[in-house]
Amino acid sequence: MMEQYLSVLVTFCLAAGLVGTMVGAGRLLGPRSDNPVKGESFECGNPSSGSAWGRFSVKFYMTAILFIVFDIEVVFLYPWAVIFRRLGWFGLSEMAVFIFILGLGLLYVWRKGALEWD
Amino acid sequence: MLYRMINPPEISWIAILPVLLLSATAMLTMVADLWTDGPDREGLGWIGLVGLMATAIAAVALWNTKLTSFAGAVVVDRYGLFFTLLFCVAAGLTLLMSMSYLEQTDIRTGDYYSLILFSTVGMVVMATAADLIVVFLGLEVMSIAAYALAGIWRSQVRSNEAALKYFLLGAFATGFLLFGIALLYGVAGTTTLTGIAQTASGATAEQRTLLIAGMALMIVGFGFKVAAVPFHAWAPDVYEGAPTSVTALMAVGVKSAAFAAFARIFMHTLAVMSPDWSAVLWVLAVLTMTVGNVTALLQRNIKRMLAYSSIAHAGYLLVGMVAGGELGGSAILFYLLAYTLMTLGAFSVVIALGRRGQPNENLEDYAGAGFRSPFLGMAMSIFMLSLAGIPPFGGFVGKFYIFSAAVKSGYIGLTVIGVMNSLISVYYYVGVLVRMYMTDGGVEITQPSSRPYLFATLVVAVAGTIALGLFPSTLFEVARQSFLALG
Repeated sequence: MMEQYLSVLVTFCLAAGLVGTMVGAGRLLGPRSDNPVKGESFECGNPSSGSAWGRFSVKFYMTAILFIVFDIEVVFLYPWAVIFRRLGWFGLSEMAVFIFILGLGLLYVWRKGALEWD
Repeated sequence: MLYRMINPPEISWIAILPVLLLSATAMLTMVADLWTDGPDREGLGWIGLVGLMATAIAAVALWNTKLTSFAGAVVVDRYGLFFTLLFCVAAGLTLLMSMSYLEQTDIRTGDYYSLILFSTVGMVVMATAADLIVVFLGLEVMSIAAYALAGIWRSQVRSNEAALKYFLLGAFATGFLLFGIALLYGVAGTTTLTGIAQTASGATAEQRTLLIAGMALMIVGFGFKVAAVPFHAWAPDVYEGAPTSVTALMAVGVKSAAFAAFARIFMHTLAVMSPDWSAVLWVLAVLTMTVGNVTALLQRNIKRMLAYSSIAHAGYLLVGMVAGGELGGSAILFYLLAYTLMTLGAFSVVIALGRRGQPNENLEDYAGAGFRSPFLGMAMSIFMLSLAGIPPFGGFVGKFYIFSAAVKSGYIGLTVIGVMNSLISVYYYVGVLVRMYMTDGGVEITQPSSRPYLFATLVVAVAGTIALGLFPSTLFEVARQSFLALG
């Protein structure tokens, strides 16, 4: 039964070999010029300013998390929509339950004030 | 018809009725909180209690059935129902004590109640899972709620620290469990427990190697959740930092749920592999009992002491798993029931001694408490003696069943180590009583009778601990039937 995993091993070896060759060749052949500017972090091309360890408002994280929740909802909705008719009433009711529970979550964040920016 | 219809999997709604009721209660609590004003939210606790009661009734009604649902991913047998009832008791007592406890904290959000219920949903899912993916799903639902609960006292730095530690280490340990699940899937080609059991019983040498690797990784994952040495390092800090009622739920609920899935997978699905895993668990059991009990001797904070005590109890439960068989399995179920009642009771006493802004969690604070509040002294004596395994309380009977199962399976050495550990534990458990009754000083105590919810919790825990000690055979028979339902 191990034989069927042989191809996985070969893929691993090929991937490691390829990456190793490319990075190694780059190091060996490429010209190098190290200077302090190159070591700085890249910030959209502008000179970087301040420390990256500053405090960000929790609002950004809240928005990001809410975005992801409804993003994932769409991930479920698309395949469901594709086979919507073949799933029949079962699919419709299941999705209704799913959206209802998600709606409770939306109600929750709304009442808790997570949708207010100020 | 133009389209070929897709048939839905067979779903037995009756089978998942307990989970449905509990989830609905949790969501209802969450929504009700949005329209609750003011600092006191005991009403939410009452909603939770009613929901838990309904869940328990549903579980009792299903007792004589054995149903599978979702194409065999969920199985509702007596084993799962026993744990469902256990979690209802644990969560119910936790809610009751919280309704008094939250007054002495700064926790003013109703999310507290819904998170406890969501965590309980995860526990029930874990206990009734017949598929490794569902086990994982339950584990995550339970753990994520527990992480949030550990840090819910936001103004306390210790609580924040506990949440972060628990979350980071817990996520890491979950990774191990998933790797183990992946390997088992790789061997069996399925994640259902029945499929894995079939593969395990006819495994070739190569398959055995992969199975053993998968089991080793799963032992790490479950070992973390039950706080077995050497995966216990998170427990003392998290137990000390988390709000006391949350600590109580973690010590009994999370641990029992992890044992429910652990025992179902190892003692039933992978029973044919027991020569391989029992040697590992033997070592884990000895380490867990010894490190837990010896380190508990050195603690000055009662919550840390109870944390190490709960580690030690995980060790006794592992002895039951090593012993195996009908006796070992039934002993684990009985022990978890006794452990739940006495540990929840002990944490209620910790809450009863604390006051707002003054947690009184050091052992010195217990000086003279037995005379200042005779009821608290009596309750604490019963819980400590029961935890130490002294008759006639539930803890003694539990230990008796566990160790006699180990002797019957021929693990004499393990039993001797276990009994010696039990003797060590008497020192620190009785040490609390010595402080309560034989030293002066200590702190002022609010009489528990003036706090009805806490008082009720203590009464139930005391009554349960005594009842398990006096009438063990009935409940042991229930535990035995539950374990045998695994088939």
